[in-house]
Amino acid sequence: MATIAAPSYASAGDAPAENTGIWSWITTTDHKRIGILYLWTALGFFMIGGLEAMIIRTQLAQPNMGFVSAETYNQLFTMHGTTMIFLAVMPLSAAFFNFLIPLQIGARDVAFPRLNAFSYWVYLFGGVFITLPIFFDVAPNGGWFGYAPLTTLGFSAGINIDFWVIGLQILGVSSLAAAFNFITTIINMRAPGMTLMRMPMFTWMSFVVQFLLVLAFPAITVALFFLLMDRFFGTAFYAIAAGADPLLWQHLFWVFGHPEVYILILPAFGLVSEVIPTFSKKPLFGYNVMVYSGIMIGFLGFGVWAHHMFAVGMGAVADSIFAMMTMLIAIPTGVKIFNWIATLWAGELRFTVAMKFAIALVAMFTIGGISGVMHSSPPADLQQTDTYFVVAHFHYVLFGGSMMGIFAGIYFYFPKMTGRLMNEKLGNWHFWLNFIGFNLTFFPMHFSGLLGMPRRIYTYDAGQGWDTFNLMATAGTYILFVGTLFFIWNFLRSRKHGEIASNDPWGGATLEWSIPSPVPEYNFAQIPEVTSRYPLWDIKEPARTAGIDHSHADAATIADAHAVPMHEETERRTARELGIPMPFPTAKPAFTALMMVVMFSGLLFMRHNFPVAITMTVGGAIAMFFSFYSWFTSPVE
Amino acid sequence: MHHHHTTTGLDNRKVAIWAFIGSECMLFASLISTYLIYKGRSLVGPFPHEEWVNEAGRHFHAILDIPVTSASTFVLLMSSLTMVLALQAVQLRGTPLPADAGWWTRAQRSSQTWLLGTAMLGVTFLGFQAYEFTMFVHEGLTIRTNLFGSSFFTLTGFHGAHVTVGVLWLVTLLFIDRKRGLQGPADELSVDIAALYWHFVDVVWIAIFTLIYLIQ
Repeated sequence: MATIAAPSYASAGDAPAENTGIWSWITTTDHKRIGILYLWTALGFFMIGGLEAMIIRTQLAQPNMGFVSAETYNQLFTMHGTTMIFLAVMPLSAAFFNFLIPLQIGARDVAFPRLNAFSYWVYLFGGVFITLPIFFDVAPNGGWFGYAPLTTLGFSAGINIDFWVIGLQILGVSSLAAAFNFITTIINMRAPGMTLMRMPMFTWMSFVVQFLLVLAFPAITVALFFLLMDRFFGTAFYAIAAGADPLLWQHLFWVFGHPEVYILILPAFGLVSEVIPTFSKKPLFGYNVMVYSGIMIGFLGFGVWAHHMFAVGMGAVADSIFAMMTMLIAIPTGVKIFNWIATLWAGELRFTVAMKFAIALVAMFTIGGISGVMHSSPPADLQQTDTYFVVAHFHYVLFGGSMMGIFAGIYFYFPKMTGRLMNEKLGNWHFWLNFIGFNLTFFPMHFSGLLGMPRRIYTYDAGQGWDTFNLMATAGTYILFVGTLFFIWNFLRSRKHGEIASNDPWGGATLEWSIPSPVPEYNFAQIPEVTSRYPLWDIKEPARTAGIDHSHADAATIADAHAVPMHEETERRTARELGIPMPFPTAKPAFTALMMVVMFSGLLFMRHNFPVAITMTVGGAIAMFFSFYSWFTSPVE
Repeated sequence: MHHHHTTTGLDNRKVAIWAFIGSECMLFASLISTYLIYKGRSLVGPFPHEEWVNEAGRHFHAILDIPVTSASTFVLLMSSLTMVLALQAVQLRGTPLPADAGWWTRAQRSSQTWLLGTAMLGVTFLGFQAYEFTMFVHEGLTIRTNLFGSSFFTLTGFHGAHVTVGVLWLVTLLFIDRKRGLQGPADELSVDIAALYWHFVDVVWIAIFTLIYLIQ
């Protein structure tokens, strides 16, 4: 049955009323819809973070401007960092984890669909919680890294930091829950024949990221808990007067913070490793090495945290060890760059917008990586740290790296999500304006940084050699803004007016391209048996994959999973017709998430109105507990 | 529970509990590390292993009571034994009881006994903790007093909270056992997961007891 027009956007099955409307989104347990929720919410926060950046850059366009006050400026750079890292880039990656991982491994959903929904709602409510204080001029203002003792009550008496501490604790729950879900999903729900070394690269990189989340978030949870205890209950963790170590916060934070940056980049690396082979019509060069290097990056990423602390006086031995580890980690990262280049080499290249963004990541991340390696030398870093040179570095890897990779992923997977292609012409405007604007914004910062411009200053005097670079950076920001407008317009418009997409508009190699666009609620009518790393090329372009390992799964596994030989599915059915049990929709995850946030919000009042604080905290906890119990004891499907 | 096919043959929840335990390891590692970093650095007492005289001349003895805490540690360790027996009891439910079975063979199958026993031992441990904390406060050590107080109460408090959650979990299982009986692979898995959690909490205590109480 061929469809003439694309089915409705974000198809949630063909049962009419109950699968449309806002309630269907609130109660969804479908990983694809949850992924789309993450995508919209994260893009929204990305715009907010971008707006904050524009205000920052406007203030810094020229010396001694009075566009915003110093206090407001502190809130701006704090919220820009916090928003971009926790509310934009991580959830954009989560959008892809959610939408894509089950499709790539041949599963019908994640291991725990309701826990999955819970993660999203905690993110949404937590994101709103931490953003709301902006409107009351009490936004967090201690930097996105919130160093104590600065953020202790003695030095930050207002409610700003309370919002930050509580907000991040809430968001941590979201990430941890999602990590447990995806680890289980990837380990336990792969189609027959899909060994670990046959998983698509995006799933592999995401797998590494889940372990990073599981091991890194507890450290920041503890750091935040100590700060919370100090601020609300008078404990001594960061109290210098009681003999506390002024570096405790920094160590705990960066033990989280460094793996966090690998959490931010690896998913983008994974997306790029899907896009580049597809548009080179070649398998990824050195798949095994790409997997191992991803694992190495994750592992070594736990050994380098104190390179964020070269200027605090840890001593030569500590400095040297962390310097060497940091230099070491450049190796697996560099290897990836070469493998992507080798994939492109002699490929039959198609420069779609997705491909342009993917190649841009390779180039921009290399630049960011070079400045990163420059930081790895402690004596050099003493000049660079806390200057705009570092700002240049991390924007090259986070925007030039993560965001460009994510944009590649959005253009690439938009047809799979919606059944329509994004417009390539608008996409090209987006790409070029972003590419030019991005480089114009951040490249000059290498220079202003090395000329001594410190970070986090709300203004500067003329005549220090920084003026032109700042003006260029601000101009670049406005170009970025226009480019982003093209993206927003393209994204919104293409949902209803984009060219209709087939199963496989790009000539992809992996399972997600073997099923209809948009994906039916049940994902796969029949689970396919996977016989190589590029299952769809095996049947559509066998010459391309002739040289790689092929084998069959054992009969028992195939039978147990009711799998059939690899095939394309073009028919659009319903789960009911096919007799496939789907998880029930339920509002319990959303309600539990809301009660959890109410519980945490109670803490805000702890110093000002104890009765309200106790009521909210205890009330929220009880409601959360009962909601959770109800969720836990009701069947999934 | 539905018998879904899984790649490893393990139930999803079993894989998930191990991932969860992984995160908990890092959580307690961070708390324990902080305690160890702050060991010996409190500016004022009371101190864990040595006496202290404050400015007003009041005398404080070493605040940790190792004999008492050894007893509570023993109690918690025994609770792991009863937990193992509880799991075994549920697993034995499906097998027939020999006609000449003695008291121990019968007792082994009483999951209610062992679940209750584990929960009660857990509550006893918590009782010891409550007693200990109250004594410390009485003797002048609160969570705000010094670095030792802050790190000690936070670390053991987190652990106690985990024991409490475990006790509630066991009581819930006991309640279900009384209501409909625990039997079969689904229930065995439930008890197995609870047991993993319980043993983990016990192992954390062994680490805490060794590093905080025993090593001086």
